Amino acid sequence: MLKPVMEQRKPEGIRIADASFPSPFRSGLEYNPAARGSWNIVHTGMLIPESHQIYVCAQGCLRGVILTAAEMNAMERMSWVSLREEDMFNGEMEQRVIDGTAHIVERMPEKPRCVLVYLSCMHMFEGCDFKMIIGELSSMFPEVDFLDCYMIPTMRKSISPDALMKRQLYAPIRKLPTDSGLVSIIGCDRETDKSSELFEILGSAGKRVWEINSCATYDEYLAMGASSLAISYLPVALNSGKAIERRLGIPHLHIPLCYDYNEIEEHYRELCGALGIETPDFSENIERAERALTEARDTVGDIPIAVDFSAVPRPLGLALLLAEHGFNVRRVYADGFMNEESPAFERLREIAPDLELYPTLDVGMRFARDENCGEWLAVGQRSAYFLDTDKFVNIVEGGGMYGFGGIEKMCGLICDAVRNPKDTRATISLKGLGCESCL
Amino acid sequence: MNCTARIISIYAADVSGVCSALYEYGGMTVIHDASGCNSTYTTHDEPRWYDTESMVYISALTENDAVMGNDEKLITDLCDAAEKLHPRFIAVCGSPMPAMTGVDFEAIAYDTENRTGIPVIAVDTNGMHSYIKGAGAAFMKLAERFSKPHDRLRGTINLLGVTPLDFSLNGSVESMKKWLADCGFTVNACLGTDTSLDEAERLSQAEVSLVVSSCGMKTAEYLQRKYGIPYVVGAPVGERFSRILADSLRAAAESGENSLPCLSERACGGEVAVVGESIISASLACELSLETGRGVRVLESVGESEMSVLAEGDISVDDEDMLQHELKGAKVIIADPLFIPICSADAEFVRLPHEAFSGRCFSKEIPDLINTDVIRKLGLRGKI
Repeated sequence: MLKPVMEQRKPEGIRIADASFPSPFRSGLEYNPAARGSWNIVHTGMLIPESHQIYVCAQGCLRGVILTAAEMNAMERMSWVSLREEDMFNGEMEQRVIDGTAHIVERMPEKPRCVLVYLSCMHMFEGCDFKMIIGELSSMFPEVDFLDCYMIPTMRKSISPDALMKRQLYAPIRKLPTDSGLVSIIGCDRETDKSSELFEILGSAGKRVWEINSCATYDEYLAMGASSLAISYLPVALNSGKAIERRLGIPHLHIPLCYDYNEIEEHYRELCGALGIETPDFSENIERAERALTEARDTVGDIPIAVDFSAVPRPLGLALLLAEHGFNVRRVYADGFMNEESPAFERLREIAPDLELYPTLDVGMRFARDENCGEWLAVGQRSAYFLDTDKFVNIVEGGGMYGFGGIEKMCGLICDAVRNPKDTRATISLKGLGCESCL
Repeated sequence: MNCTARIISIYAADVSGVCSALYEYGGMTVIHDASGCNSTYTTHDEPRWYDTESMVYISALTENDAVMGNDEKLITDLCDAAEKLHPRFIAVCGSPMPAMTGVDFEAIAYDTENRTGIPVIAVDTNGMHSYIKGAGAAFMKLAERFSKPHDRLRGTINLLGVTPLDFSLNGSVESMKKWLADCGFTVNACLGTDTSLDEAERLSQAEVSLVVSSCGMKTAEYLQRKYGIPYVVGAPVGERFSRILADSLRAAAESGENSLPCLSERACGGEVAVVGESIISASLACELSLETGRGVRVLESVGESEMSVLAEGDISVDDEDMLQHELKGAKVIIADPLFIPICSADAEFVRLPHEAFSGRCFSKEIPDLINTDVIRKLGLRGKI
């Protein structure tokens, strides 16, 4: 029997000095905070121009993806096949996918160039033959590229749905004769911000940049197959880059998004090496970033700052950058950290031992939203939600900002967050930041 | 029926129905699921999520635990969370993966209750059915577990089946309560919204149950079986039908007999079609029929609504092709806007968003149709 204890549902933060790495919190039941800006597999799949998505799964799973499409006014690009109990044991799962998908495609007034067929945990656990399904559909509709995609959240210890989606996102692309002037940046939900030195470096090497986000047609999308180099900088794109290199023979360079000057320079050196050009001097870029940080710090003053993992893949790295530049960084919201965050974690333990780490999924976080916690500046939607602050930087997955220019840009967003408070609820309730919304 | 749709939406699933039904009772509801069920529910199916605290969680099932049948992990996590949060009860329900691996939720509930001393209920779901089945089962479990025998209180009514999935947070619940008060009744319990566990406990003291959506039907039947409380089926949509419903409640209180006024008071067939959950749609059809003297057809589109309220010429159809076919003959279609793509351009389409179908897409335009002039509210004057 439970012992009666005082009502204390709100979780307390862990001082970083006392926290373990990379998993400071115990896993258990999970809560879902009401911040919706992060992209899901529907948003990402929609990046393929002239494509159509068909989900084959249970009603509960369908509901979320269908309404994602509905909210982004894209129902004409979304169809579904609902699985029932009998599908679990009648041994006809593959045929069900084929028949349902074919039925939908046949009824389309205009055939899409590409159909993304999303299979679910049920297919995975039944051991369905995905290759056969795609092969069969391709022979029925040779004019359509069928792509096996996955909504398999149960495989949470194997590969995240996001990373798997990023991998499949480029799967229809076929190898084309190499265009030495073409370089792709892959794996981003949004275009890379032009403030990044990436563009200067690539421009100086005479390269044009391909990103899926700017493709208006399927043919423009397929043109990626001629790339001479594929660059990724988000962790979720790592698998994708490896798959592209393996399948298409396009060299892949992963230069992770980070906030440490030395690491940024190192990544640029790697890039220049791959391009066969000399590494430029970044002193001016660093100076500009420093000036921007100083201006941002003066603007923010002593307002406490929280950073969360939904905003940037390396929240500790960003927290360290800000802390080292005199910002009053007080909290980081993240349920766990990438191993690459280890140096930032150790350094923060030294210079900001009282920095508090909070989870976002812990059951107690249901009660963590604090309307009376005073003025805060949040970097990310989740921290903005928990702190109920209208001063926040509204970005997800790094916001497309990379390098010293990215830091400069981030500082601008921080200043703007302080000067121009947002309607927090209205802003963070929108799904898929940057996507169209009917709300 | 091939269970495919090219362009229309899909109704909220059973797991969302469970969470929605149990939201306000101080319990902790846990979906045994990897991920997705909670974000779907809290984003699209639960308008109270941002403002009203409620303990709804997922178990964060992993592939290893699914394959190895590690139920102990779920039980331990339930106990840990309960120790931290002190819920008044715990409800567990399942998504497709536990259904595939054959998780025994009744056993998990039994074990968890023994360890925590907190009441634990298992609600039978697998993510492959509609919110009606889930909410209906959850309400039923709530009544079975928490209702206690009470003396009957004259003039009291149980409102059954009131979740935001059917009655958006647009004032319609308050309107139902006001209408009952204006008719001389007292609300004994309003299962689902603006409610508490005390109301569930005293369900047995009502004189009559009013089933306003299919989600409340099983509980009404249970309360009749267990406590002899008669029920009336219909939502107080429109002024004329609401008067009939009030009379039916009085008659049921006198006779102890059940009644379905949303079926018996309606002219059937016709070229006006109402698409949606059966009881609310039939009630609206009844009101329109009473107002115009013409037949109105109900196309039950969830597939799991209460079928006893469907009249001759009505149909239950949850398949896109069949629904499109059935809608061909309609001159006026009253339905959720996400049905528009399968409606003929020649038909007059009247928007009536339904949260259980379109989520929050059009929630701002959902009208409160309780005991009001629906012809005016829906802009139907001159159209039917």
